[in-house]
Amino acid sequence: MNDFAPSENRLPPLLEVQHLSVSVARGAGWQPLVRDVGFRLDGGLSALVGESGSGKSMTARALLGLTSPGCRIDAATLSLRGQELRTASPAQWARLRGCHLGLVQQDPRYALNPVRSVSWQVEEGLRLHQRGLGRAERRERVAAILSAVGLDPVRRLLDAYPHELSGGMGQRVMLAASLICEPELLIADEPTSALDASLRDQILDLIARLAAERRMTVLVISHDLPLVARYCGQVLVMRNGELLETLPADRLAEATHPYTRMLWRCQPSAATYGQMLPVMDEGEWQ
Amino acid sequence: MIRRFPPCQRARRAAGALASLLLTLFGLLLFTFLLAHLAPIDPALQVVGDHASEASYAAARHGLGLDQSLPRQFVHYVWRLMHGDLGISRSTGQPVASDLLQAFPATLELATVAMLGGGLGGLGLALLAARHPGGWSDRLARVIAIFGYSVPIFWLGLIGLLLFYARWHWAAGPGRVDDIFLYTRPAGSGLLLFDSLRAGDGELLRNVIAHLWLPATVLALNSLAGVARVMRAALLEELHKEYVTGARARGSGEWRIVCRHVLPNTAGMLVTVLALSYASLLEGAVLTETVFAWPGIGRYLTTALFAADTPAILGATLVIGLCFVLLNMLADVLARLLDPRTR
Amino acid sequence: MNDSIETLAATAPRRADSSGGRRLPRSLLLGGGMAVLLLALALSAPWLAPYDPNLQQLGARLLPPSALYPFGTDGFGRDVFSRVLFGVRPTLLLVSIVVLLTMPFGLAVGIVAGMAGGWVETLLMRATDLVLALPKLVLALALVATLGPGGVKGALALALTAWPVYARQARAETRLLRNSDYLAAARMLDIRGLRLCFGHVLPMCLPTAVVRAALDLGGMILAIAGLGFLGLGVQPPTAEWGAMVADGSAVIFDQWWVAMAPGCAILLASLAFNLLGDGLRDWLDPRHE
Repeated sequence: MNDFAPSENRLPPLLEVQHLSVSVARGAGWQPLVRDVGFRLDGGLSALVGESGSGKSMTARALLGLTSPGCRIDAATLSLRGQELRTASPAQWARLRGCHLGLVQQDPRYALNPVRSVSWQVEEGLRLHQRGLGRAERRERVAAILSAVGLDPVRRLLDAYPHELSGGMGQRVMLAASLICEPELLIADEPTSALDASLRDQILDLIARLAAERRMTVLVISHDLPLVARYCGQVLVMRNGELLETLPADRLAEATHPYTRMLWRCQPSAATYGQMLPVMDEGEWQ
Repeated sequence: MIRRFPPCQRARRAAGALASLLLTLFGLLLFTFLLAHLAPIDPALQVVGDHASEASYAAARHGLGLDQSLPRQFVHYVWRLMHGDLGISRSTGQPVASDLLQAFPATLELATVAMLGGGLGGLGLALLAARHPGGWSDRLARVIAIFGYSVPIFWLGLIGLLLFYARWHWAAGPGRVDDIFLYTRPAGSGLLLFDSLRAGDGELLRNVIAHLWLPATVLALNSLAGVARVMRAALLEELHKEYVTGARARGSGEWRIVCRHVLPNTAGMLVTVLALSYASLLEGAVLTETVFAWPGIGRYLTTALFAADTPAILGATLVIGLCFVLLNMLADVLARLLDPRTR
Repeated sequence: MNDSIETLAATAPRRADSSGGRRLPRSLLLGGGMAVLLLALALSAPWLAPYDPNLQQLGARLLPPSALYPFGTDGFGRDVFSRVLFGVRPTLLLVSIVVLLTMPFGLAVGIVAGMAGGWVETLLMRATDLVLALPKLVLALALVATLGPGGVKGALALALTAWPVYARQARAETRLLRNSDYLAAARMLDIRGLRLCFGHVLPMCLPTAVVRAALDLGGMILAIAGLGFLGLGVQPPTAEWGAMVADGSAVIFDQWWVAMAPGCAILLASLAFNLLGDGLRDWLDPRHE
């Protein structure tokens, strides 16, 4: 489902990032965690891949303005449909998040509020961004979005608490909560890492389908290159806080950068059974 | 697939909690009983005097049940307690139980008002600190908490009386009401705020408040410190969790996050610290009531201490201990109830 | 063989290995400094005090603070400043008695419970919870009232109900340690039973116990002063802060200085140990920040 098509209208791109850096205060100075990252998102699914510690989650948080207080974000451009985000006030960020920007986190066991019911958490976006709705209408929309993510909106589910849900259900509830206000950009931070292999495809399939239905741009953060390559049109490869390469997913097999090639080739499969998987040779590139 | 705890497991836990409570109460009773028998003062001698004859002394011992074996005496003790018999006070000559019943509402009123003030104040301070971690409100909360924790309550009461009563006349003197009202106050629950409101007596109400606010504030400071300290730590710890990021990502503002997302997660902690605070308030009341001549259980205890009135001492200890234990148990139960993970 | 044991010992669970490089929190420095000052005052009171604390000068009763008497004089003409200085001694002494009794006993109960497991653990923990649920000050009052007043008796009475916190903490930590590689290595060297408990488990439980002790000391000082206020602590004529406040309470409205100075002393001493405890806890367990 490679849906990467450049935007045909003359609107500014949905998300434009240029020279984004995130640094954390260390002693007297700043230690950079993410250096000079730049990309553009405008429709379809894109993947941001890299090892643990490559800075991909930090980049994703920076896009939402959700880095921890000790971090500093510098960028030449960080704009959403032309609106500059670097200078946004906390009130403006609160309006943008949930309504135009969505986030799906990794583990529903921790990312959902343990003492609030499923319906309360899914409904929250409506209470924050669409104040005019009545209770009945809100309930309708909650039921609708839960159905859209593949859950049956029965009373038992609505009143359930996060610890009573299985991993897949929790993930879908998180999706529902993020999508209820129909954001234009959804950032999925390792949406499948906490799930069993059988569920991973289901969830990514669901995200891809919802993105197509709602004309939503999605950025999937992951360390599993082969998995996201099946669903995403554009792939961004990060390592050590730097963006190494940006390329369309269908050209991954012919990647030129040695790191990307290694990431692509080291997927275990029936073909590689019994062989040693390739590892990174630091001397190959600088 | 939605998982819930089976009801039989819940029943088993409730039974376990009840067993714990009974065991603790048993321990308390044993303690007071043994104390009564360890006292160097011979109770029979106290009744008949030093110059009594052998016969009357033996009769007194028999009357008090002291010639029976220790375990039998304990059984009698518990039996009497279950009938509300705490013995006769040596100084007032009245049954200890009725003395305590009279004194109880005074302490109840003082402790409850102090609890409300301290609890609300402490919670407010903690919320402010959590909203601006590292800011001035955070530092202020820490300073107030540590001072409230370190100040000797009896001394604070004295200073309060010195300033607010003697120098500035903002508070009325010791006691619950001025003497004028002693004989005209309405009969009722003994909770004067309540009684005066019900009788519509504005003057009495004003007088009651004038007497109540200073000791209540002094008492409240300690619980304010405790609540602020615990809740600030709990709130700050919760703020690091993933679900807070999720709430922010959905567009929630910071105050909403603290009050509607994080605070419910700390409800168990809040209830526990409030219940424990109330319990320690009862202990603090012992000293505060002495300073303010407040006719509650605390003052009853200290008066009995000075008069070496053993039944009264033990009776008051038992009642305070009982309240303490029950409040601790309530804290446990409520904490468990409020966490949906253990429902 | 020695090599791997060394490595295992190095990987023993530790509270916060990063404590080496961290900055000492301000509260720790402040509290520690105040505590050291208190200790110094206790030791040097005879040289610092301008007058004998028990010297009664009936002609100089209830004098306000002046150059001659920095904190004024009390109802017996005794210099309040000297009495406050000498009052550090009973306070620190009694508090030390309480800690020296409760900490070892509580640790022992907790460690034995944690290591033994089974019905021993259940029994010990039930007893601990029982004592934990009882009101400390009131029980201590009752004890001292019936057995006779006295400073040491008061300290013993408080100690009787103060040990459960240590037991609970030690047991929780011991349970975590029970299955650790660190202890397994020791067992392989045939270190068993009491030697295992006190040579290997105890050092691991000590840091939290020390922090807990520091945190409790502040409250203990208040409790001892409270007993003194009610006349159940150190008996006159020995200078003790709580008793001094009680003396001052009779004349509080006109001669406020008699109660003011000893009360401030109690506040500062308790504050010192509370700060120390807070600082130690913040330093050793960064999660509490």
